[in-house]
Amino acid sequence: MKADIAFGQYCEGNSFLHRLDPRWKIIFALMYIVALFLAKNIFAFGLVALSIVLLWALSGIRAGILVKGLRPLLFIIAFTAIINIFWLKGETPLLPENWFFQIYLEGIINAVLIVLRVMVLVTGTSILLTYTTTPIALTDGIEQLLAPLAKIKIPVHEFSMMMTIALRFIPTLIEETDKIMSAQKARGSDFSTGSLTRRAKALIPILVPLFISAFRRAEDLATAMECRCYTGGAGRTRMNILHSTWRDAVMLLILCVFVAGIVLLNIFAPGYRFTM
Amino acid sequence: MSAIIKAEHLSFAYQGDEDTPPVQALKDVSFEIEEGSFVAILGHNGCGKSTLAKLLCMIYTPDEGRLYINGRDMTADDVEEKDIYDARRRVGMVFQNPDNQLVATIVEEDVAFGCENLGIPSEKIRKRVDEALDTVGMRKYARHATHRLSGGQKQRIAIAGVIAMRRKCIIFDESTAMLDPGGRKEVMDTICRLNREEGITVIHITHYMNEATMADRVLVMNEGTVIMDGTPAEVFSRCGELWEAGLDVPQTTELLWKMREAGYDVRLDIFDPEECAKEIAKAIAEKR
Repeated sequence: MKADIAFGQYCEGNSFLHRLDPRWKIIFALMYIVALFLAKNIFAFGLVALSIVLLWALSGIRAGILVKGLRPLLFIIAFTAIINIFWLKGETPLLPENWFFQIYLEGIINAVLIVLRVMVLVTGTSILLTYTTTPIALTDGIEQLLAPLAKIKIPVHEFSMMMTIALRFIPTLIEETDKIMSAQKARGSDFSTGSLTRRAKALIPILVPLFISAFRRAEDLATAMECRCYTGGAGRTRMNILHSTWRDAVMLLILCVFVAGIVLLNIFAPGYRFTM
Repeated sequence: MSAIIKAEHLSFAYQGDEDTPPVQALKDVSFEIEEGSFVAILGHNGCGKSTLAKLLCMIYTPDEGRLYINGRDMTADDVEEKDIYDARRRVGMVFQNPDNQLVATIVEEDVAFGCENLGIPSEKIRKRVDEALDTVGMRKYARHATHRLSGGQKQRIAIAGVIAMRRKCIIFDESTAMLDPGGRKEVMDTICRLNREEGITVIHITHYMNEATMADRVLVMNEGTVIMDGTPAEVFSRCGELWEAGLDVPQTTELLWKMREAGYDVRLDIFDPEECAKEIAKAIAEKR
């Protein structure tokens, strides 16, 4: 089912991570990213590797899904690894002197660590945010975290409303695209053969009706919202109020320990210092 | 019984662009709608039914005439934003396209949307949403994604959204037009129940004659004016005029009308197929 794309990232569940407050989750994700970039030596990276296992255990998501999530990054991962192996100059050459290129031990270590960092970065933030939080909860979280910005006239509510509506209409518009494509195919258009420019041109008869219908839908929706007394963010209440629980406190504690651990390992643990 | 909506000589024209003339959509329309009644508005495409619905919801303002909602003159000079807002709290609308009126991705969030706009406290919204979902029989779908529902279910969610706001009057602007027969029945059952059990005033704009027969009163529109107004029995027994206005009549009425033309003495105000069959059998027996 194509219409599932918008929710394809979210894995239904009721784990420890699923039940965290989305506002906190966004903060946790930021903390986690900062911690990853703080890690400087092999021991700190050991802790990073441990952290991703812990996150996975707390999320209750099948490992297969996480691996699948990394697949689109394969090229970038391979590319950074190769660059690091061949370009980094270190002190311990691994190949005979007279070869026309040289590989250093430092380069290989660097490559391994940087690949680990990219993988953990993507998997960790996905586990914290997209896999365990519904898009709606995420939007709510962002709206409330940014709420203070409304004081300096930044349209936070409008922004989150737009996000909500966009999320709501993704499946509808995908369905519509399917319909229009079938209709155009029935009239003999061909989307799958020919040069790239030809194929791009074949998309025009799909995009034009799609845009027209999207505008029509937008107008209908605006009328419907007006009829339901929508007048913007002022004076609006919410049915689901976000609550922080003990779980958020526990998670905060875990992350603080994690960050502190990385900093301490950076300072006190001996070993190779990572250069990037 | 007081009138929840009262229209006096309403006129409205869509302003055209530079080279197209304005289109007169409504001409001198007057009627009153009693609280708690079930009114069907019939008419072929472009006869002004949807324009009328949008006037009643304050989406458009009439060019001429007076419109009273709950006794308040909405066309007076001193009408402010607040009054319009207030009128919309009384009169709700369910639109034709089920996809284009749902705002949220989760069913209960969508039902709550209107209440959230009214600034009702969280626990009360929760209660109202649950009640509204019970009323339309969609409670077990509360946490479902809206885009996975069928058309009829989507319309019931839209109705729940309107009920949750405790509106006294709901306008259905061809809300059954895009549904399959099953979905249409679901929605019609819900509409009838709301009218009978909850005492909500229903204005149902439709193309389907059999839906109009369920109403207490039928208004027939043609070219921007109301041409007939009465009970379904009264209106549908004037088959000739309806056909002239480009409308159909219920199949039972059409059959009985043809019987009468053929010289049988039958009543025209029967909409139930069983009773219709009995009436015909009786007429044939008498003729012999």
